[in-house]
Amino acid sequence: MLHSSLLRPVDAAAQAGAGQEAWPERFASLAESAKDARLRAFYAAGTVSQETPLCDVPLMAMDVETTGLDPVKDGIVSIGLVPMSLERIRTSASRHWILKPRVPLAAESVTIHGITDSQVHSAPDLDAVLAEVLATMAGHVLVVHCRDIERQFFNGALRTRIGESIEFPVIDTMELEARLHRRSQRSWWDWALGRQPQRLSIRLADSRRRYNLPRYQPHHALTDALASAELLQAQVAHRYSPETPVRDLWK
Amino acid sequence: MSELQMQDEQLEVLQFLTRQALFGQLPEEALRRVAAAVDVRYFKAGSPVIAFGEQAEWWFVVRSGAVEVFRRDGTLYNRLTEGGHFGEAGLLLKKKKVRFPVSALEDTLLYLIPEAEFTALFDAHEGFADQVETEDSTRLRQVMSRREESNQLMSASIESLVNREPVWLPSTAKVLEAAQCMTEAGVSSLLILDDARGEDDPAIAGIITDRDLRTRVLAGGLSHDTPVSQVMTTQLVTVEHNQLVFEAMLQMLRHNVHHLPVMRHQKAVGVIALSDVVHYESRNSLFVVSSIFRQSSVEELAALTADVRASFVRMVNEDASSRMVGTAMALIGRSFKQQLLALAEAKLGPPPVPYCFLALGSMARNEQLVVTDQDNALVLDNRFDPALHDAYFKELAAFVSDGLAQCGYTYCSGGIMATNTQWRQPLKVWERYFSEWIEQPTAGTLLSANIFFDLDGVWGKIEWAEKLRALIAQKAKGQSRFLASMARNALLRTPPLGFFKDFVVEADGRHSKAINLKRRGTAPMADLIRVHALAVGSQAQNSFERLKDVVAAGVLPPGRGQDLHDTLEFISTVRIRNQANDLAAGLEPDNSIEPDKLSAFERKSLRDAFLILSEAQGYLKFRYQPGRSV
Repeated sequence: MLHSSLLRPVDAAAQAGAGQEAWPERFASLAESAKDARLRAFYAAGTVSQETPLCDVPLMAMDVETTGLDPVKDGIVSIGLVPMSLERIRTSASRHWILKPRVPLAAESVTIHGITDSQVHSAPDLDAVLAEVLATMAGHVLVVHCRDIERQFFNGALRTRIGESIEFPVIDTMELEARLHRRSQRSWWDWALGRQPQRLSIRLADSRRRYNLPRYQPHHALTDALASAELLQAQVAHRYSPETPVRDLWK
Repeated sequence: MSELQMQDEQLEVLQFLTRQALFGQLPEEALRRVAAAVDVRYFKAGSPVIAFGEQAEWWFVVRSGAVEVFRRDGTLYNRLTEGGHFGEAGLLLKKKKVRFPVSALEDTLLYLIPEAEFTALFDAHEGFADQVETEDSTRLRQVMSRREESNQLMSASIESLVNREPVWLPSTAKVLEAAQCMTEAGVSSLLILDDARGEDDPAIAGIITDRDLRTRVLAGGLSHDTPVSQVMTTQLVTVEHNQLVFEAMLQMLRHNVHHLPVMRHQKAVGVIALSDVVHYESRNSLFVVSSIFRQSSVEELAALTADVRASFVRMVNEDASSRMVGTAMALIGRSFKQQLLALAEAKLGPPPVPYCFLALGSMARNEQLVVTDQDNALVLDNRFDPALHDAYFKELAAFVSDGLAQCGYTYCSGGIMATNTQWRQPLKVWERYFSEWIEQPTAGTLLSANIFFDLDGVWGKIEWAEKLRALIAQKAKGQSRFLASMARNALLRTPPLGFFKDFVVEADGRHSKAINLKRRGTAPMADLIRVHALAVGSQAQNSFERLKDVVAAGVLPPGRGQDLHDTLEFISTVRIRNQANDLAAGLEPDNSIEPDKLSAFERKSLRDAFLILSEAQGYLKFRYQPGRSV
């Protein structure tokens, strides 16, 4: 997973999804309008209503590794998915795909995610495993750290391959951290001294440390997905409750 | 495993498990299987993880954070950090119900391993099963037996040194024949046959050694024709085949002989020579003892302190058992006392009436280390008249006590020293003391009298010490009020629960930075064993010896004797090693240990030892409760 600050301004098209409609209704209408059968099946699986308490929501932590920072030009080299609930992160059912991107691997990205040309060379194109990936995701609310990356890259890859984009609800653990740490009011004392409130880092590793979660080796799609899954459980344990409706967290 | 599945594995999980000693010993394939089966869950500090009686579905490994494990009655059982595991007790039950409730002490990430996967591992991998086995005593036994195997040489019995039958010669043989026979057989000693018994049932009339040929025959100007019976040694010092090599060495020292016939069922099965024994014991501790007896002033004796400490460190480095170290240090301490008494008598003249100098406490039990105070007393002849004689004995006691202090044996803070009039009394008074302690016990008086129940005569009429021991053994047995009081005192010092991070955890959950291994470990062990020993009428002084008598008397539940043996040995070993490390680092040794100085293995085994001690104290309390007949 790449860091948001490195990313270009958010792609307006990718943001349009949530719209006015609630997610279940949105999925129902997309299931009608989507042209690709795999996409239709994904939407047809539906999603939970926005009042569903978190403890009843089937969740799926996700992370993608990419060839670079540009969602338009760069491609996906790996996808990690870890199914979870508030009670259990089912690492035993994790899935991981190494993919052959349609752009060459840049040397600097290889040093980040560690996936090499030779691994990629024998890997399938996303199109070949799309049915499997979407079937794994179907019916789950996705959990990511920094939603824009997953959404934009996934969307870009799909538009290139099937000429359609994809939308789905996401709980963003980075955004949950930002809610806590980026909206704090300046204290009177800070104001008087002209000080800005201290900005805590909301990067994955830094956020995890605040919840006493262990240090993981970053930039492996499966590890990062697991890291986000654990972070969400920690955030809910400390700041929400199993009864919190999913609408408070997803977007 | 297919290519695709390999790709799905969680590297962080696998790598974490690989780093743990418990999993590190599994074959790689099994390790990958477990890693692939792991699920994960986060628990906020203070939240319950599993509750008593609920269905046991998982085996848990702590990935980060810390948890507390409780007993069913709500008391703390253990605290675990990264790498710790729990839940096995419930999974090993037929009903698979949680036995020990657990809650998160800190924000904690747990790995969950499904019951089926745990059971498969437990059944297929014996080493793994042994490690997670819940019985503290089983685990400690494995540790101790591995240790015993590793220092087999040091604790070898004398029999293992005997590699040939003894070479015999009839008593009518000439010394020339003896010399020829020794040369031919390549031995440095011969046993001389008791002619009355004959060769079928040989008995020893004496022994002749190459030293005898030199000192008694050649230097004495005797002819080659002299019969061996004329120059042989007839006052034989022998050892039993099953004694320790170490004990043979002590015999040689004590009697200044270099050869010992080894006996089994009253028959000689071989002879061991000093050279055979030298390999088994540090030359240094031998040297210290013999040099003590060569010193002619207190100052010279005091100068040996450094040698004493060096010999202690050497024994520890050679992996000697706690019993060997304890015996060697007690022997050294006893030798200091003996030499000081010899010097005192030389200075003050012969004693006006006979006396016996007593060693008490750890020295009497042969469980002395380098950090020790002097506990001693004087038993005087019944004809003792204070007006006439006490000035002498007062001066004698002061001389010895001051001398010991100069040699590194600090004064007893409780005043248990012969310099104290109360502890410098005729035999009949001592007999009255013991009778009163045993027949009219109060917990208060016994608390200070405890130490007198470990006693050993070191000088003078040492048979009086034996007499007192016999009196104690005979009177104490069956005295339920006395035993109940002794038991109550033995429970005043309890072991801690275990360790958590760099702290010692007490049973009530409190933390401390260090633990006194004597006060919280070996001393309560010795106290506990003493009560049982008194109850069964044992006259042994050493805790291991007492334990043997206690087991033989059938007082303990089956298997508990071995557990207590292992526990005492392990705690003593850690205590000894800690003191040796302090000495090697140039620090003043003490009995205090900071948990960060312990290896993970020592922490775990010490915890097992503490649990066994704690349980044994519970049993002691039950067995000797007031009013229960014993």
